[in-house]
Amino acid sequence: MTIAAEARAGHQFSQGWLTRLFDYKPFLVFICLLPALGLLLVFLSYPLGLGVWLAFTDTRIGRAGYFIGFENFQSLWHDPVFITSVWNTLLYTGVATIGKFGLGLWLALLLNNHLPFKSLLRALILVPWIVPTVLSAIAFWWIYDPQFSIISYILVDVLGWRETYIDFLGAPWPARFSLIAANIWRGIPFVAISLLAGLQTISPALYEAAMLDGANAWQRFRHVTLPMLMPILAVVLTFSVLFTFTDFQLVYAITRGGPINSTHLMATLAFQRGIPGGQLGEGAAIAVAMIPFLVMATLFSYFALARRKWQQGEDND
Amino acid sequence: MASVQIADVRKAYGSTQVIHGVDIDIDDGEFVILVGPSGCGKSTLLRMIAGLENITGGEIRIGPRVVNDVPPKERDIAMVFQNYALYPHMTVADNMAFSMKLRKAPQAEIDERVNKAAGILGLDKLLDRYPRQLSGGQRQRVAMGRAIVRDPQVFLFDEPLSNLDAKLRVQMRTEIKELHQRLKTTTVYVTHDQIEAMTMADKIVVMHDGIVEQMGAPLDLYDNPANLFVAAFIGSPSMNLLKGTIRANGFETEGGVIWPVGQHPADSNGRAAVMGIRPEHILLDPAGLPAEVVVIEPMGSETQVVVRCGGQDLTCIFRERITAKPGENIHIRPDTSVTHLFDAATGKRI
Repeated sequence: MTIAAEARAGHQFSQGWLTRLFDYKPFLVFICLLPALGLLLVFLSYPLGLGVWLAFTDTRIGRAGYFIGFENFQSLWHDPVFITSVWNTLLYTGVATIGKFGLGLWLALLLNNHLPFKSLLRALILVPWIVPTVLSAIAFWWIYDPQFSIISYILVDVLGWRETYIDFLGAPWPARFSLIAANIWRGIPFVAISLLAGLQTISPALYEAAMLDGANAWQRFRHVTLPMLMPILAVVLTFSVLFTFTDFQLVYAITRGGPINSTHLMATLAFQRGIPGGQLGEGAAIAVAMIPFLVMATLFSYFALARRKWQQGEDND
Repeated sequence: MASVQIADVRKAYGSTQVIHGVDIDIDDGEFVILVGPSGCGKSTLLRMIAGLENITGGEIRIGPRVVNDVPPKERDIAMVFQNYALYPHMTVADNMAFSMKLRKAPQAEIDERVNKAAGILGLDKLLDRYPRQLSGGQRQRVAMGRAIVRDPQVFLFDEPLSNLDAKLRVQMRTEIKELHQRLKTTTVYVTHDQIEAMTMADKIVVMHDGIVEQMGAPLDLYDNPANLFVAAFIGSPSMNLLKGTIRANGFETEGGVIWPVGQHPADSNGRAAVMGIRPEHILLDPAGLPAEVVVIEPMGSETQVVVRCGGQDLTCIFRERITAKPGENIHIRPDTSVTHLFDAATGKRI
């Protein structure tokens, strides 16, 4: 036995320092995380950090700036265009999210029934989602054109319900709602398909049990579908809010923030000021101003997504 | 409580007919079990009584009322599903109270009924739990509690025990039977397990391929199976069936062995038939037919023996202890007062 112990000890000492280093768990963890860490640093932390830094400087294109503290934010606070863009973003996100969820849930419920050509319909629903945003934005631009709009054509020339063509994008409020309509159209597939996946996990036996318990269609929706769908609804809602809040392409392609800056969202205004306007510091400050809103949305999801008691496992508390 | 009448009920999915005209009368307070192999239409029939499937033809009455076009919630029935179908987001108490809450019953009445049902089923301490926190047997009881709280005209059970382990199944079998004796509510119960049917039912309905093969009290079916299907389906271990021909001196099997048989019509000599003998109706008799022992399974109270006689394996159950070893011969004879003969072509009892 002593011999065996000695042999084992000897074997231990014969290992090189490199082998021992790689057997050391903290070192191994560090080594394995290094590639991911590098990617995150270069492509996420650096741009984000640079953006935040720029927000506190007076950098312009072609001129390195100086640290000026909160001056950018102070001037934005008194900038009516910026304030309008904040309200626009909140309105855009709020109305579009309600529209997307209302219509998306309705569509999901329809598609969950037995319909002829069900798979074909489900595939068609995805079309707005798979078309590149800029392409659909150009299509909407055409639809909203003051002279060639198909909607105006149908209302005026075909149905004769109106005398004049509609000026969709020429005045602030019609322009805002036109953009919201385009965003809803584009966002519905994501909501509908996600919720449809959630609906299909609900056991049909639950509906049958509810039917025998005396529930009518509304009560079955209210007491079975909705609570069972809540977890996935919360995830989809969070993602949808984040996507809508940071939306850029639709607005920039259809109105460029016009008319007279009345449809700017924070994202489009940040770009407008920073790149074509050259005021990198100010543009970055607008972008940074979005962060508190996004953090709030994320916190909401963090608490709303917390597993409900009935979803928990075998705990007997 | 109410009686249930099923009159010439048919069901077709498109052009495929799955139930071909079924007639069953269920008396008030009776415990009826629909039993049959998978795909025989028993669950479909139950779902038609519940109103979850349309009735293609015929008539179902609950009490005096024809319910063909009555929606499920107005039929005053409660159903226990195979997978329990408990609402996962509601506690045990809420699950049981759900139907009464929908009816806007006063809270005091809801509490009283839920507590009473929980008391009957031993769920008092589990009322605040969620279904996920319960074992299979407890979930089963909650599903039954949900039905009891309703105080319905008819209880429907759709294979309620098939998700439970063997020991729990035996226990729940007793509990369901006890519950029925206590509440005396008309019950229709679907299972593929003939032991459940034998032990629990007042009346068994054996179904096969969408028709009723036989209907009657458990022991009637056991003692007088109407045809080969029922003979083979009811009883465990199942009845020994021997093909052969009826002769003047007995029943000659295909292996050339002549078995003594009981009464049969005098004109049936020479008729191709199947003889059925239940394992416990084979007796040891030194003057009987020689049979080679293949397998011996001692159970303690009885001994199950598989023997080979005339090239055919037979299962026998003896109360006596068997000392013979596999390969040795024992001598057996059937109890001719309880042998069965079936027509080989039609399967009908002779």
